[in-house]
Amino acid sequence: MFSDIALILGTTLMYSTPLIFTALGGVISEKSGVVNIGLEGMMTIGAFIGATVGYFTGNPWIALLAAGSAAMVLALFHAIASIHFAADQVISGMAINFLGPGISIFLCRIFFDGTTMSLSIPLDQKIPRPLNGFFAQNSFFDLIFNQYATVYLAFVLMAIIWFVLYKTRLGLRMQAVGEHPKAADSLGISVYKIRYIAVLCSGFLAGIGGASMALSVVSNFRPTLISGQGFIALAAIIFGKWKPQGATLACLLFGGAQAFVIFLGNPQVGVNISSQLLAMIPYILTILILMGFVGRTNAPAAVGVPFEKH
Amino acid sequence: MLKILLLFSFTLTTLTFFLSTQSITEAKDIKIGMVTDVGGINDQSFNQSAWEGLKRAKSELAIKVSYQESKQDADYASNLETLMDGKNDLIWGIGFKMSDKILAAAKQNPKQKYAIIDVGYEKTPANLIGVLFKSEEPCFLVGYIAGKMSKSGTIGFVGGIKVPLIQVFQYGYMAGAKFANPKIKIIDQYAESFTDAAKGKAIANQMFKQGADIIFAAAGSVGDGVIEAAKEQKKMAIGVDRDQNSLAPDTVITSAMKRVDHAIFNVAKDLKAGVYKGGTTITYSLKDGGVDIAPSTSKHVPANILKEVDNLKLDIIKGKLVPPATENDYNKFLKSHKL
Repeated sequence: MFSDIALILGTTLMYSTPLIFTALGGVISEKSGVVNIGLEGMMTIGAFIGATVGYFTGNPWIALLAAGSAAMVLALFHAIASIHFAADQVISGMAINFLGPGISIFLCRIFFDGTTMSLSIPLDQKIPRPLNGFFAQNSFFDLIFNQYATVYLAFVLMAIIWFVLYKTRLGLRMQAVGEHPKAADSLGISVYKIRYIAVLCSGFLAGIGGASMALSVVSNFRPTLISGQGFIALAAIIFGKWKPQGATLACLLFGGAQAFVIFLGNPQVGVNISSQLLAMIPYILTILILMGFVGRTNAPAAVGVPFEKH
Repeated sequence: MLKILLLFSFTLTTLTFFLSTQSITEAKDIKIGMVTDVGGINDQSFNQSAWEGLKRAKSELAIKVSYQESKQDADYASNLETLMDGKNDLIWGIGFKMSDKILAAAKQNPKQKYAIIDVGYEKTPANLIGVLFKSEEPCFLVGYIAGKMSKSGTIGFVGGIKVPLIQVFQYGYMAGAKFANPKIKIIDQYAESFTDAAKGKAIANQMFKQGADIIFAAAGSVGDGVIEAAKEQKKMAIGVDRDQNSLAPDTVITSAMKRVDHAIFNVAKDLKAGVYKGGTTITYSLKDGGVDIAPSTSKHVPANILKEVDNLKLDIIKGKLVPPATENDYNKFLKSHKL
């Protein structure tokens, strides 16, 4: 019984981590007023670059940084289109969602002899598990806390981003730019600069989210590795009311629902629900919560509206 | 200037003439094209295997081959059309996802020959071949290996989506395991996804916690997560469709293989000899090498078990042993063997 709960909690953490990174990135971007629908594409390129650099260098941390940087390059396109050229942010984001997987598959074929799957990274060259072997295998605490370092990193980043957004000058400026760019501009804040910083940060985080999938959940890249996580993260931003801690909770809730479904699907639990119906629960939950519990008023006032300086 | 232009256009015309006559002479060659499903040509699975079969046909039978990749389900019809315009003698559809589209195309173009992997129709048109694989046979063998090699007496099965095509893998595997060790406990769970690797990993972790030490995944890239969990916990995993040992050389002890390349090559060979078995469903099995267990099996599985597996293979080929493919047959199998 207790070990079941521990496994559910552990699975929740494992499942939510890539979503948390990505959702945190989305929060930053949207706080500054730029919708980032391209998170999925940025995650994909992050997953590919993470797996590839990790495979060739053998160092997961370099791989993680490279993944973030690669996704940041993609975010730069989104930033230029939506900030400088005042393009529709949803459209440029969608373009990123096509571009990300396209570039990943194209490059994958170059690096891995024409296959769209990267080669697997050995266990000791993946992101380390700081508490591996600390508790007895499959004991209560082992099941919960024997996680990859990325899991802990996600929570540390949440705290940092919360601090930056609410307690520093840069964060408050980001919010000002997202709420009322004209007012911010009249006070001498460079709306363009702040938005560029925010969008690039969001790309970096989405890239890390994708890489955490490739470097800790599994150990290789496949085109299907990122399939929908970016969009779930997008929902988590809204459900989390555009707050880093809220978005993190939303991701944990989704991960928790998945973990619970996996627990229920175990034939030994003896719940006789068809696996197809069970698999829907996390998604239905997301829709219900989005419908019922989130007011529209929480979005940054200027999100999705391009700012043009006159 | 005019002269140069004239000369240039003259060269062009002769060149075009030369090229066109060449393509006329080449048109006598047999041409085969294939349409991949959304997995793409290098999916490390059946699409890639199919293309390897065609490439073999190219080098050994001098057949002209080509492929069209589908990026989404909506591409199938137009890709089939493209290959037809390319005057292919035979057009392959790879994967059951294309079953409706290729049937419609076959009915619309009665003179064009078609064939499809993983589909058997109730009524096949005369210009279409369905190709099926007896997946339960290699799954029975890997199940037998799992039953013999499990130290804990508990093994797991992770399925992709609960459809008959995947359940065949489950029941073949379960029957093999029970046949090896009647007391074996088998935990099965479906991910209801072919892509969610994290879910596969979580399901595998849960099975390992319940004491399983070998898990067989027939679940596309969900299986990546299963293999990863086995690698982390130093347990064993069994691969599917192709030899997946390269994913985790110390973890994947064997794989249940479906030799799509074999089927594609055989049909091409027939076609070259002027034979086309349109209107029928061809079933590949252990007998003709269309399904098998991975060559890498000998790396991890002890020789005495391998020998037993070889004997079982012979029994299956001779028809003495019939691995079940459905739940009903599975229950009957257990009863008849008193397991």
